[in-house]
Order: sequence, then C-alpha cells, then structure tokens
Amino acid sequence: MNSTLARLVVKRLGSGALTLLIVSLVVFTITALLPGDAAQALLGQEATPETVAALRAQFGLDQPAYFRYFQWLGGLLIGDPGTSLANGMAVADLIGGRLPNTLKLAAIAALVAVPLALTIGILSAMFRGSLFDRTMNTAAVAAVSVPEFLIASLAVLLFAVHLQWLPALSHVSEINSFSDFLRAYTMPVLTLCCGLVAQMARMTRAAVIDQLSSPYVEMAMLKGARPIRVVLTHALPNAVGPIANAVALSLSYLLGGVIIVESIFHYPGIATLMLDAVATRDMPLVQACAMLFCLGYMMLVLVADVSAIVSNPRLRK
Amino acid sequence: MTSSITPAAPEGGRPIAPSMNVQPPKQRRRPRMLSITGLIGLAIVGFWLVMAVAGPSVAPHPANALVSDDSFGPMSSAFPLGSDYLGRDILSRILHGAPYTIGVALAGTVCACLLGTVLGLTGAAAGTGGKAGHWVDEVLSRAMDALISIPNKLFALIMVASFGSSVPLLILTAALAYMPGSYRIVRSLAVNVMTLDFIQAARARGEGMAYIIFIEVLPNMFRPALTDFGMRFVYVVLLLAAMSFLGLGVQPPDADWGSLVRENILALGEGAPAVLAPAVAIATLTIGVTLLIDSLGGRGKREKDGV
Amino acid sequence: MNQIVKVSGLRVAARNAQGDDVTIVHGADFALEKGEVLALIGESGSGKTTIALSLLGYARKGCHIVGGSVQIGDVDVLKLSPEALARLRGRTVSYIAQSAAAAFNPSKTIMDQVIESALIHKTMSRREAEAKAVGLFRELALPDPEGIGSRYPHQVSGGQLQRLMAAMALITDPALVVLDEPTTALDVTTQIEVLLAFKKVVRERGTTAVYVSHDLAVVAQMADRIVVLQNGQIQEVGRTEQILSAPTHPYTRSLLAAMDPAARTASAGRTAQERDDVILSVRDLEVRFGNGKAGGGKVVLQDINLDIRRGATVGVIGESGSGKTTLARAIAGMVAPSAGQVLLDGKALSPTLEGRTRDEFRRVQYVFQNADTALNPQHTIEAILSRPLKFYHGMSGERRKKRVAELLELVRLPTSIAKRRPGELSGGQKQRINLARALAAEPELLLCDEVTSALDTVVGAAILELMAELRRELNVSYMFISHDLGTVRSICDEIVVLYAGRKVEVRQREAQNAPPFHPYSHLLGTSIPLLRPGWLEEVTGHTAVALPSLAAGLGSQPGLCPFIDRCPQRVDGLCNTTPPPLRQLDGGGSILCHRSEEELVRAQGALKLVTGEAA
Repeated sequence: MNSTLARLVVKRLGSGALTLLIVSLVVFTITALLPGDAAQALLGQEATPETVAALRAQFGLDQPAYFRYFQWLGGLLIGDPGTSLANGMAVADLIGGRLPNTLKLAAIAALVAVPLALTIGILSAMFRGSLFDRTMNTAAVAAVSVPEFLIASLAVLLFAVHLQWLPALSHVSEINSFSDFLRAYTMPVLTLCCGLVAQMARMTRAAVIDQLSSPYVEMAMLKGARPIRVVLTHALPNAVGPIANAVALSLSYLLGGVIIVESIFHYPGIATLMLDAVATRDMPLVQACAMLFCLGYMMLVLVADVSAIVSNPRLRK
Repeated sequence: MTSSITPAAPEGGRPIAPSMNVQPPKQRRRPRMLSITGLIGLAIVGFWLVMAVAGPSVAPHPANALVSDDSFGPMSSAFPLGSDYLGRDILSRILHGAPYTIGVALAGTVCACLLGTVLGLTGAAAGTGGKAGHWVDEVLSRAMDALISIPNKLFALIMVASFGSSVPLLILTAALAYMPGSYRIVRSLAVNVMTLDFIQAARARGEGMAYIIFIEVLPNMFRPALTDFGMRFVYVVLLLAAMSFLGLGVQPPDADWGSLVRENILALGEGAPAVLAPAVAIATLTIGVTLLIDSLGGRGKREKDGV
Repeated sequence: MNQIVKVSGLRVAARNAQGDDVTIVHGADFALEKGEVLALIGESGSGKTTIALSLLGYARKGCHIVGGSVQIGDVDVLKLSPEALARLRGRTVSYIAQSAAAAFNPSKTIMDQVIESALIHKTMSRREAEAKAVGLFRELALPDPEGIGSRYPHQVSGGQLQRLMAAMALITDPALVVLDEPTTALDVTTQIEVLLAFKKVVRERGTTAVYVSHDLAVVAQMADRIVVLQNGQIQEVGRTEQILSAPTHPYTRSLLAAMDPAARTASAGRTAQERDDVILSVRDLEVRFGNGKAGGGKVVLQDINLDIRRGATVGVIGESGSGKTTLARAIAGMVAPSAGQVLLDGKALSPTLEGRTRDEFRRVQYVFQNADTALNPQHTIEAILSRPLKFYHGMSGERRKKRVAELLELVRLPTSIAKRRPGELSGGQKQRINLARALAAEPELLLCDEVTSALDTVVGAAILELMAELRRELNVSYMFISHDLGTVRSICDEIVVLYAGRKVEVRQREAQNAPPFHPYSHLLGTSIPLLRPGWLEEVTGHTAVALPSLAAGLGSQPGLCPFIDRCPQRVDGLCNTTPPPLRQLDGGGSILCHRSEEELVRAQGALKLVTGEAA
C-alpha cells in the first residue's frame, strides 16, 4: 500500500470517528436531554419533591448536561453503558446475552444474500434487457417497496400455515440438530434476504453496466474478446470498488430489517431487546443499543468507502 | 445544415471528437407519454390520494363499529375484505386508515424534502462563495453525514422512546430521518448544475445568487428532485408502517395500515384476509409510486449512490 | 495489387429519440488494395466512424447495419456469426480508438492490454507476444520500450497512449487496421510525433489501413486515397493529390475553403491598428490554484502583461494546460488572481465578481467555448437573449422583443428560432446564440474562449466570418483564445503565446510569418499540418533533433524558462540557471528567451502559412 492510499484511508477513518462522535451527541441529546426530567417521569406527578430530588441524585441528573454526556461516553468507551432502569441489571450483560444471536442471524443472512445478489446482479448486467433481467428487475422493485412484515407474513402463511414445514416462530434455544437449525433460521433469513438481495443486485447491476458502457469495453470487444471475457477480465476489475460499496451499503439494510424480523419471529436478539426497552422507556438500554446499531452501520459504510479507495486503479503505483 | 451534436471539449483543448457520429438531431420536445406501467402507477397513486381525503366518508361503516359477529371473518359480499379480531369491517378500517398512512407520510416527506432542499441549496450556493461560505457548506455537510449515519428505524425508535408516539412526533421523526438524504441529493444535483457553463455565464454576467439558484439552477433539477421526492415518500410510508406494526406508531383508537396488520397478526394462523388486506394496501401504494417514478426515469444516480 | 477490402451498398440505421429508425449511412461503396491507406473524411454526423466500425462488423448501441456487404478477403463480414466475428476482430481487422485515455482499461497494465488480442486469437505465446510488443514500442519511438508495458494507463501521457494503442492494433499483424481520429484529442505538437510514428510503422509494415479524420491536412499526410463523406453519403472518392488540388464535388471545395485561413484575412477589418486607445490592460497577473495563501498552490499564470486596444483582436494561443482559459476567467473576475491587476479603461477592476459594478460586467462579456453547455437547456432562446437586455439595459415588453429579433438578425438567424430551446438547435446555431447573448449587453470587449473548437470546420469558419463582420459593424474588441494557431492568425491583430502559464511571445500580425520566433512558437507553427502531401516528411528535421544536454536539473525552479525541457535551442549553464529576459523585437512584439534575435533567425526558416500549392 503506498502513501497516498494510506493517507486517504487514515483520513477516512478519522472522519468516521468524528461522525461517530457527532452521532453519540445526537443520540444523547434526543434520549437524555430533550425529554426533560427522567426522575419526575418515572415517579409520576404525585411524587414529593424530596423523593424526586433523591432519585435525581441517584441518577446523577443533578450534574450539568455536558458532565453527564462525558460520563456516559466514557462509560461506553470502557464497555460500561450503565444499568437498566427496568430490572437493575447491567446493560452490558443484557446486551452480551443477546448480541451473539443478532450477529449470527445477520451473518447467515449476509452469507446467503451476497453471493446470490452478486450473481443476479452480474448476470442481469450481462444480459441487459433479456427476460431474466426484466424479471429480476421487477422482482427487485417489488421486494424493496414492500414492507418486511408483508414478506414475513407471506412466508409464515406459506411455510407454516399451508405447507406446515416450519414453525411460525423461531426457537433458537432448542437447536440440537441441523434440521432444528433450519427450522429456526429459514424464515427469518428468507425475509431478511428478500430486500437485501434486491437492493444489492440492483446496485451491482448498475455498477457493472456503468463499466460495460465505457470505451475500453468497446475496445475489448473490437479486439475479439467474447462477452464472458469482457465482463470477467475487463469490466469486473473496475467494478470491484462500486460493487464492494454496494454490498456494504446494502448490508446496512440488514440493521433495519433485523428490527422487524426479530420482532415477528420472536427472535431473542438485540433488536427485540431494544424494542422492549423502548416500550418500557428504559433509556440506558435504548442508548446503548442505539449506539451499537450506529456503530455497526458506520463500520459497514467505512468498509464500503475504504474498499472503494483501495480498489481505485489510479491510486496504484 | 443538419444538426450536429458535438460533445463538450476538454478544458482549453481540442474537442474529443464525437463518440457518436450518428446521433440523430434532437427533436422538438413532445409531451412525454408514460409507459403502460407508468400509467398503472399513476392510476394507483391517484386512487390512494383520493382515498386519503375521501376514504373515511365513502367507507361503508364507522372505523370502530362492531358490525360482524365473526372475528377474522372471510371475504363476503357484506364485508369485502373480511372482518377483524373484534368483528369490525376491514375495508372500512382500511379506508379510515388511509388519511393516517398517506397523510402522515406525505406531511413527513414534504417537510423532509423542503428542509433538505433549502439546506441543500444553501450548502451548494455557500460552497461556491468565499471562505465563510465554504465553512458553512462544510459544517452542514458534516452534520448531515452524522445524521445519515443513524439508521432510520433506529432514529424513529429513540424518538418514540424519548417523547412517546403521536402523529406530530411521527411527522417530525420522518422529516428529520429523511431530510439528510434529501439534502445530499439536492446539494449534489445543484453542485453538478452549478459547474455547467451556463451558470458560469450567469456569474460572469454579474447575476446574483438568488437569480442563479431560482432561475438557472432549479428548473434543471426539477425532475430528479421529483423522483427523489417519490422515493422518499415510499421509504417514509414503509418506516411509518413498520413503526405501527411494532406498536410504536399511530396509537389506538386511531389506526393506520401498519396498526391493522399488528392488531390482526393472530389471523395469520388462519390465513384470514384481515391481516393480509392492509399489508397489501401498503404494498399497492408503494409499488404504485415506484412504478410511476421508474417510468419518469432518473433513478440511475440513486442506484449508484445507494442513497 | 489485389483488392482486400470491398464495401458495397453499406447502409446503417440508427434509432432516434422517438424510436424510429433513421438511415445514417446511405449505401457506401469503396474498396482498398493491399498496402493502401484510405481516408474517410467528413464532419461530425457524416457517418465516417460508423462506416469504419462496420469494417469490424460492429455497430454502436442504437445503430444497426441494415444492408450491403463488407468483403474482407473472401468473407462477407456482415454475414458472420457472433463467434466468427469475434475471431475476425483484433485478428484480421484491428481498431485504434480516438481517445486512448478512455479506451485503455484503467485497472490492467499496458502490456496485458497490448498483447491481449494475440492471446485471445492464440497467434503466439505470451513470451513471444511480449517480445514483439517491445519491438513495436521501439518502432513507435516510445520511451523506455522495455519497461513501459508494466505501467498502468494513467501513468503515461496521452500521446504515448495513442502510440501504445497502435502497438496493440499491430500485435497480430492484421490484414486491415482502422484508425478512428487517432490524433484528434492531442495537442498539435504531440500530434506531429504520433503521426510520424504511425506513418513510419504503416510504411515499414506495408499495412492496409482506413484512416478516419475530420482534418484534411492530417489526412493529406497519411492517406493514398480519400473518401469524402457528408450526411452518410459518399460525395467524392479520389487520390489524395487529386482531392486536394482538383476537387470535383462542391462539398469538398467548401471543406478546402474552410481550411484556408487566407480567405478570412481578406475580410477582417484592420482599421483598429491606427488608433491607440487601450480598453483593457493586464498588469503582472499571477494566478495560483489550490492553497490561496502567498507562495502556496500551483502557479497557473505568471507575469502576464497585455493590452487590448479598442476595436482590436488579440489572440491568445497555447496548448491545453497553458493557462489561456484561466487568463480569460481572471479578466472576467471568475478566478481571483493572487497578484497583479486588470484595468478597464485605466481603472482597476475588482479581482472577484463581487466587487464589480453592473456596468463593468456589461462592458466585458465572456463567450464560452461550448454552446451546448453555455445555454440553459430549460430556457427559450428568447429568454436567454432577453435576460441581458433586462439586466443591463432595463428593457422590457415590445422594445425588448424587437431587440431580440435584431440580435437574431445580427447573428444571421431567423427570428422564428426565438421560441425554441437550445436542445433543438444545431451546434453552429447555438454558438451564434451564445455570441448574440454576449452582444446583447453592447459590450466593448468580448472574451472568446475556443468558440470554434467544438464546431466542425465549415461551421467554425462561418462563425469566424461572422465575428470579423461584427467587429467591423460594432467596433468591439476581442480577446480570442484558441489552441489553433491557424485560426488565431487569420483573425487577430496581435498574437500572445502562452506556455505553462508564461507569456513567451507577443507578435504583431504584420510580423507573424517572419522569424525570429520563440522556440516554442516555432515548434507550434511548424507542427500544424499543411494541406500538402509530403509535409510531414519535410518537417521531420525540425522536430526530431536531439535536445542539447543540460548539466543541471530541468526547469522546475521558479523564474526559469518554462520551455526548457523541450527546447532545441537551450543553452547549458544559461537557460538552466538564469531566468530568460524579455526581448523587445524591432518589428514590435517581444520574446521571452536567452537567444538573441540573430541566433533565432539563423535557426528558424520563415513559416509557411498558407496551405501551399495544394490550395
């Protein structure tokens, strides 16, 4: 890696860190500063000023806002985002118990979706305008413009109600065999993949088509290269950056999808944890989950940008 | 002399000779015909827009009237889309929900796009100005980058967690969540137009920034901006539906289509129309808008940027 | 001699915006003998590239070949299956594209791309192909023939890429090579090197070639025979000498007339010379890009001084990157100079747009090079012309309408055009509107930035004609920026030569053909192809001389002569150590050079300006 490249990557990492800092400020402002007095809200209107004051002191709410922000931020950095208001457990423990499940779900979805989407995207670009391309395009438009819960509902209707192959809920705690695994994960992964594959395939197709319309592709055809060779050896190497970008950006779609999917299938992950926290207004847990999601998103975008920088042939020496 | 379309010459150099010698002369503009899919999209969108206003008054029953003895009843002539878990008419509930689903989403999208456009144009205009302008542009873009890094559903969750759910809050949430994307698109469209020679010509003529933005730039970005508005509307509809589906959107006794899916989710086991009908209603709306936009063109850029 | 290519009745159609098929090549017939170079010449839209591509059985997106035959050897290319076509392309017929910078894949090494067709068609092993490529690099006079193949396209210059593309086309020893405007994107001084290299390999290898160009003078150097095309129809076919000296078709004659700068000289008024009142002066102008602070950034213009008299035309010439457009933009206030000033009627103008008055804006108008982008596509012609009338003169209603009609008449366009939008006009019409908009301000000085370079020769010639007439009618001054010395010479009273942001020469029209020249101006003047076969061989002597060696490093230090890297007249110990003086010439004008007038005259012959006996 040469110095220009290294400088660009470091610069990008730096701006990522700055963005994350601003995000933390926004999250903290919305969740902790704007809503008003959490102690008052928790105790209700009838509480005496003394008990409210006591609770405020216990939460540290009598401290100035910037102090609370830095305290919270410091806690996040050392892995201690506080204790849950709902059950008094450490937020870190609550998250620690659920995070592996969400990561597993996301990883399986990504493993299924990425190869599938790249194949569909590249094939549609190669056979642009063909029946395959048009079918895939229509399916993709439908998949991204339909709510996830409709896809999930249809999946349940088909596999659980009509065919009775799979249970309507995902029982991850009872996985003893591969068939249990399939029974638990097929529908959540299927639901997640629909939108994900559609998004990624469209972006991949656009990236490859962009390259296929360039003069050097025409030149390769005029050198006698067959279409397969043109796509594989000429267009794809230049499309790697845009495609990596497409993959990473689409994967961030997972974050939104996971919230719905976990909720529908009662999957014990971070998203269901956060939904419960939102329902009970358990702010420390909400904040921690929010930052975790933002971190995941930022990392994906970062990967996208860095891969675009690294794959730019003009930066090679 | 027939029309010869000659492409832009590189700065100060010879023209890169036309890559397409064969380009036919550009024709006088014709009223552009929508494709068949575009017309279908237009019909669907038109229908739902009318329903957003007239839905509650044409509904056969009041939204919360218990009119059927049957819970999760099947489709019938009396109840074309069946009945819900309490025996209410689903068709009526969908029609009563239309103003919520469409109205709230439309309000949110309009706010998001208005804000995004104003800030985006400000950023683009400031960016061409002096040092202070660059600074304004930089701060705006940086802040928007941060906001866009919060996934939309997550943003909605923390808003609801902090302030509780209500219609004004949902509109505000949608506006804030989708404004940074609109800002980015508008700014990049405007910046692209501003590099064109006719803007330079206007600047060299001594025109002020207001004239340049409103008379020279805006007409050239109307179509892509409209496309963006449509896409953003689809996203907002999906976001609000998801929030209602999670029980964090429009609160009972009012109900939008997402809430209808949520309250009838138990019907899934029976395969009753009560749960599918509102979900399909959402799908027709979003697909209709998408079809309309696609036939207008101008999605290419979005796909590349993946915004 | 045997015919190896025979095209008969070739017809190509293209789909227009309405989805209808329009024939763009109407039954072309021509043939090539082995070892012959045939030129296809025409303006944009003439179908020359389309015909050339059909020799490879290829039609661009939106076009398709609808009839006729293309015989190469015994096969009809148009009847081949896709597989057979792939076997033909790059093997029997190869192609050299017009922009090598775009036609090379940015993510593969040059060598991989040069030998690709040999590997696809399995004509030789990779080792043999690489050895042959290095041989070709050497024949094409490329620097570092052994090592250049391992570089990436963005690491070599445009002129080198174009020659590398020739190696790519010749690697399989094809029966026919198609060259599609291969030098159009290059500066003239680079073009001549590339042409020399092409000519040498074509001659030595006895290559049969089709050379597509819009430039008759280039074609005169390269081709044995010429096919003249207009609107997809062959107008005339003949031997090069015959086409140049005794054209039979009126269209060919009009092309030749447009190439001849003498024709316009006669019509250009020259009354301005006598009066000596200066309308605009540039004093010690310096522009830096990038870091705006003193001493930082890249110097784009340096030490620029010039005066423009009322009614005079000053030409500014230089190759791409010389800073000529920046100069015009700095005068217009669009680029803030880092030092120096611009005086209008002796009064200093604000360096930026912000500080200028509306009347100052009105008096200096900028005409952009590309009318396609300089006119807002959403506005009607009437709106475009009305705006300056309202903005500068407060005109409205009927008065403004009448004035718009007058302006259209002034630029020789029908008034019915006012209701249209720019997208509905031709390139030449748009450029006239562009000019009319500037004239609407009733300016005293027009800054014309490459106003003809995006146009076809004939259309461009008509615009120059118009500008000359307008100058007489309206007594405006022009600053005329161009990369084309021929154009500048034909219209300007004074010529300023820029090189790498420095003014290396100023020359009066009277003295324009006589030495001494600055060595760069001389190179420029001798690099413009003349309409005479054999010219290329004659000038070889001027350009191919080895540069005198220098002991110290080359001219990157500030103040030294910018041309030192390429100068055949440079002096070791002087040019590389001391900034050159600005020599005032006896005949008016000045030269930035260490060499004395006598030394320069001795080294330089008189420039042959007009097209020679062929015209």
